[in-house]
Amino acid sequence: MNLLLVGVNHKTAPVEMREKLCSLMPEAGEAYRRLQALPGVQEVLCYRTCNRVEVVCVTEDADTAAREIKSFFAEAPELPAHILDNALYFYRDADAVQHLFRVAASLDALVVGEPQILGQVKEAYRQATQNRATGAVLNRLLHKTFSVAKRVRTETGIGDHAVSVSYSAVNLGKKIFGDLAGKTALLVGAGEMAELALEHLKRQGVARFIIANRTLERAVRLARRFQGVPVALEELEEQLAAADILISSTGSDSYLLTAGQVKAAMKRRKQRPLFLIDIAVPRDLDPAINELDNVYLYNIDDLKEVVEHNVERRKEEAVKAERLVAEETLKFMDWLATLAVFPTIISLREKAAGIVQAELKKSLGHLGPLSPEQQQALDLLTQSIANKLLHDPIMYLKNNHHRKRSRQELDLIRRIFNLDPDRVETS
Amino acid sequence: MAVFFSYLALIAYYVASGLFVAFFLAQREGLCRGGAWVMTLGLGFHTLALLAVIWPLGLLAIATFAGALSASAWALVAAFLLLYWRHPIKVLGALAAPLAALILSGSLILPGGPPAVSPALRSFWVYLHVALALLGNASLTLAGLGGIIYLVQERQLKAKKFGFLYRRLPSLEQLDALNYWCLTIGFPLLTGAIVTGSLYAQWTMGRFWNWDPKEIFTLIAWLIYAVLLHERLAAGWRGRRAALLAIYGFVVLIIAFVGANVWLSSYHSFAAFTRQP
Repeated sequence: MNLLLVGVNHKTAPVEMREKLCSLMPEAGEAYRRLQALPGVQEVLCYRTCNRVEVVCVTEDADTAAREIKSFFAEAPELPAHILDNALYFYRDADAVQHLFRVAASLDALVVGEPQILGQVKEAYRQATQNRATGAVLNRLLHKTFSVAKRVRTETGIGDHAVSVSYSAVNLGKKIFGDLAGKTALLVGAGEMAELALEHLKRQGVARFIIANRTLERAVRLARRFQGVPVALEELEEQLAAADILISSTGSDSYLLTAGQVKAAMKRRKQRPLFLIDIAVPRDLDPAINELDNVYLYNIDDLKEVVEHNVERRKEEAVKAERLVAEETLKFMDWLATLAVFPTIISLREKAAGIVQAELKKSLGHLGPLSPEQQQALDLLTQSIANKLLHDPIMYLKNNHHRKRSRQELDLIRRIFNLDPDRVETS
Repeated sequence: MAVFFSYLALIAYYVASGLFVAFFLAQREGLCRGGAWVMTLGLGFHTLALLAVIWPLGLLAIATFAGALSASAWALVAAFLLLYWRHPIKVLGALAAPLAALILSGSLILPGGPPAVSPALRSFWVYLHVALALLGNASLTLAGLGGIIYLVQERQLKAKKFGFLYRRLPSLEQLDALNYWCLTIGFPLLTGAIVTGSLYAQWTMGRFWNWDPKEIFTLIAWLIYAVLLHERLAAGWRGRRAALLAIYGFVVLIIAFVGANVWLSSYHSFAAFTRQP
């Protein structure tokens, strides 16, 4: 029994190709129908995210399965074969397990430690089980994967440090306000950055949005999407009295707000704290504003510093996580190895049972008529002799004494007991 | 017996201090919870220690400097635990627990023993005066400690230093709420202490106000807190200024508590309590 993982990710394939693969891949039901039909594939799971498309399968014949899955990827005619050849990677057994663990724990991600990936793998697994594509091995592997990802998250600090600008803005906001729920956000400029920040703030429970823009039309459009209030840029100073968080991202050449204006607004606000984020270049807000009491001003560089600092910290934590993954991979491979001995144990038992039956049949002819009790005693006797003889070899197999040589040992035992009578001895 | 329980309480406070400091460094929730439990246990021992003194000798048995320190530590721990239960600002434990431990240590180093208290002080009004003052001090001490944490965290945010302290300290809003909460409890208690004290002075000495050093310093502290409370409510003062005023008030209260007893001649000093008329 072998594990095989085939895929492309952001390191091996350019974004255009990943996009194509994602869009060309059939819907889950169809994909699983085709994957399960591939020769050699016993259990299969397929997941895609914006940065990767990967297929994991359990197979008896890894070479055939690898070829078949490659052709599955190549089904899309738009993909030139030579590019796909370079982009695809194949991992087997322990490497496949390790890779899956690393993906789920977000160690293989573009931004190490981003938590979304685990949810995507979980969703993919749910689809795979709905399509009855997984079995004993993949079920166990995936459950293990989820617990490894969870351990990595709780036992290392990999997810602790904010790494995106709007995320770190939210974190800063929490250090000022404690909780963003019920706060009012004022967005100055209705660009893409503002939109991203809006979404992030909304998820944090920010209750009211005011959107100020030079062209009111765009402000109105954005305001409608987020149930906000559109205002003109001229009203900015006035609106400052109501807002707790201000995010500014206009293309203005001069400062939109000076320290004096904010100071006056603070008086009207009764000194409630004001959190200002200036993500515009050149800056919209006078840096002197930060000197005011209860006003906290950050520009894009201040936030970037947080982000870069945190990326470094995550890398440190990732070392710990890698060790954890390696440890868990070994454990899983141990389990898989014990799984490999079961067919041999079954063959051993079957062989013994066959011999017992055959010998009994021969001897019964000579013994003459027996009472049912005698018959039963004779059955018991022969069976227990067989069982006791087999007990030690079976225990030996189950305990899996030499992990590294288990394949050879298994082979040796099969040969000693001649469990594969058709096999041609080569040595 | 009292000394035995005091030492048990002291050990508990030091252990709690260790746990709270460890929580501050390692940020493990369990350490903080452990600290609060050990501190509660310490408060239990401390209560027994105080009862063991008061039971046979009456309430004024703690009218020595050592006794007053012990009672102050008790009030501080009680106020902290009450606050912790309502508004868990966990890092505050890393300041409050060591402070309580140090005050109690001071109390155990100083010579104790039951004083022969002047009979003029044997009055319900004196007991009430002392109790209000101790609880008021404890509450305002917490406001002062919260103010220190506030200033540190504010410094991190203003200087854009997002490091060790920034990550461990709570949000400004929480710290400001702590300031307000402690002030609204501590200020009426302090006011009550001043009122009961001057009423009793009028009754026994014929004067409301004696320009005693402790009275003067307490009045200064009271004025600071009055300004803070008024401006908070009227002009919306908060944050940095509120934290600074809470710290100033706290410093003046320390001078009133220690200075008036040790360096200045005052009828509030403990030497004066035992003076027979």
